[in-house]
Amino acid sequence: MYSKKVMDHFRNPRNMGEIPDADGVGTVGNPVCGDLMSVHIKVKDGRINDIKFKTFGCGAAVATSSMVTELAKGKTLEEAEKIGRSDVADSLGGLPKVKMHCSNLAADALHAAIEDYRKKKKAER
Amino acid sequence: MWSWVSECVGMSRTKRIYMDHAAGRPVDPRVLKAMLPYIKSVYGNPSSPHSFGQETKQAIEVARTKVAELINAEREESIIFTSGATESNNLAIKGVAYRNKDQGTHLIMSGVEHMSVLNPCKFLTTRGFKATSIPVDQYGFVNLTNLEEELTSETTLVSIMYGNGEIGTIQPVKEISQMVHGKNAYLHVDATAANGQVPIDVREEGIDLLTTSSNDMYGPRGVGALYVRKGVRLGPVTHGGGQEWGLRSGTENLPGIVGFGKAAEIAAEEMPTESKRLEKLRDRLIKGLLDPVPHSFLNGHPTKRLPNNVAVRYSFIEGESILLDLDARGVAASSGSACTAKTLEPSHVLRGIGLKHEEAHGSVLFTLGKQNTEEEVSYVIRIMPEIVKRLREMSPLTPKELME
Ligand SMILES: [Zn+2]
Repeated sequence: MYSKKVMDHFRNPRNMGEIPDADGVGTVGNPVCGDLMSVHIKVKDGRINDIKFKTFGCGAAVATSSMVTELAKGKTLEEAEKIGRSDVADSLGGLPKVKMHCSNLAADALHAAIEDYRKKKKAER
Repeated sequence: MWSWVSECVGMSRTKRIYMDHAAGRPVDPRVLKAMLPYIKSVYGNPSSPHSFGQETKQAIEVARTKVAELINAEREESIIFTSGATESNNLAIKGVAYRNKDQGTHLIMSGVEHMSVLNPCKFLTTRGFKATSIPVDQYGFVNLTNLEEELTSETTLVSIMYGNGEIGTIQPVKEISQMVHGKNAYLHVDATAANGQVPIDVREEGIDLLTTSSNDMYGPRGVGALYVRKGVRLGPVTHGGGQEWGLRSGTENLPGIVGFGKAAEIAAEEMPTESKRLEKLRDRLIKGLLDPVPHSFLNGHPTKRLPNNVAVRYSFIEGESILLDLDARGVAASSGSACTAKTLEPSHVLRGIGLKHEEAHGSVLFTLGKQNTEEEVSYVIRIMPEIVKRLREMSPLTPKELME
């Protein structure tokens, strides 16, 4: 059902956890499927300096959240914003069709975290 | 039976533990042996009058008797062989509904029936019939007050399963039958998950039609049967050459039927000891899965459940993830989670017993079978807390204090 790469990210998730003093937090969920994700980012000089995720969900949900943190780490906010839903699935070597809806959440959670960061920045000014 | 040698060195991928018998069972070697001649050298058509055909006919009738005996059917002719439980359920529901349209057009089923009961009923509502779904309580028992209220003189058929494959709950069939017969309706019982595991007596329990499947008692796939009590008005769904008293046309699946007969014979002999053994394993597994883990629960009733059914759920984590972690350690189980299903909705059975979406998502189902051992149960009990811990650490739903 899942590729080797998906299973590797599921079994050994990268950047799992939370950042207590995060600069931005994005939480997205899909109640139909039962997947819920949160992404925490730490931003320094316009770059994602640190990123962590927590996920309640299926194998695809866990693997895509792990993958999106790998893709976004060290990127500028502008670059990270461009990481799309299909980029995550492609980097994992594809996902079963039925799983596309849960795997879309990972990119959404990242974008939500960046948006949260920008909002907070704006409020500070 | 293989010996347990890897217990001390841990599980390697080559030693696998199969606890998904509700999804599929291995064929008993004795069944396979009985079938082989009917694949290799016996091939006459039972409808033919010559000796080749009569040899075949004889074998089918022996199998029919064995299947009848297992459920104490009054006569062999009440067993109609089909391609499996789905066809049997379709035949029972559509066959009774259409044939008795002059008596009424109302059908009743429970909300936790298999899709092969629910969907024929749903289909019939597009053909001028009315179907009422009866809710179940937290354990999965059919609400009898509700059933009594819904039964009318228009009701021709009530379809309630014997035991639920997903939560294990065994229905009070005799009580339901008395209620249904009080309104002159027929009772169809889907005994796919139960037959061969618990003693069923169609006469004593007042069952008019009963669905049973071969693979669920270690017989081959692609064969099942519908028991039809004498006098029940049933019409065919498949029309053709008139086999099975015109109720199920099509050349008989000879090796399948012979295998089913052998499987039924073995089930009748071994059920008393095997079911007791399974109940012991079941209760130990349930206790071992729940006791060491906080926020864990049993799905279904603790005692009125199928001997092989272990259905549990863990809060804050999701079923498919649990299955993948189990599989990585060599254990095959099942889940009611939406993410493992084609529909993306959590199981209607788990929703039916009142579980919220997030509760249903954390369900795991172990269905035990003949080859499962005490050692295998011990192994699963040992690895489960680690799996739950890993997934809870990953979950944003887990309360902080639980992980400290
Ligand atoms: Zn999912």
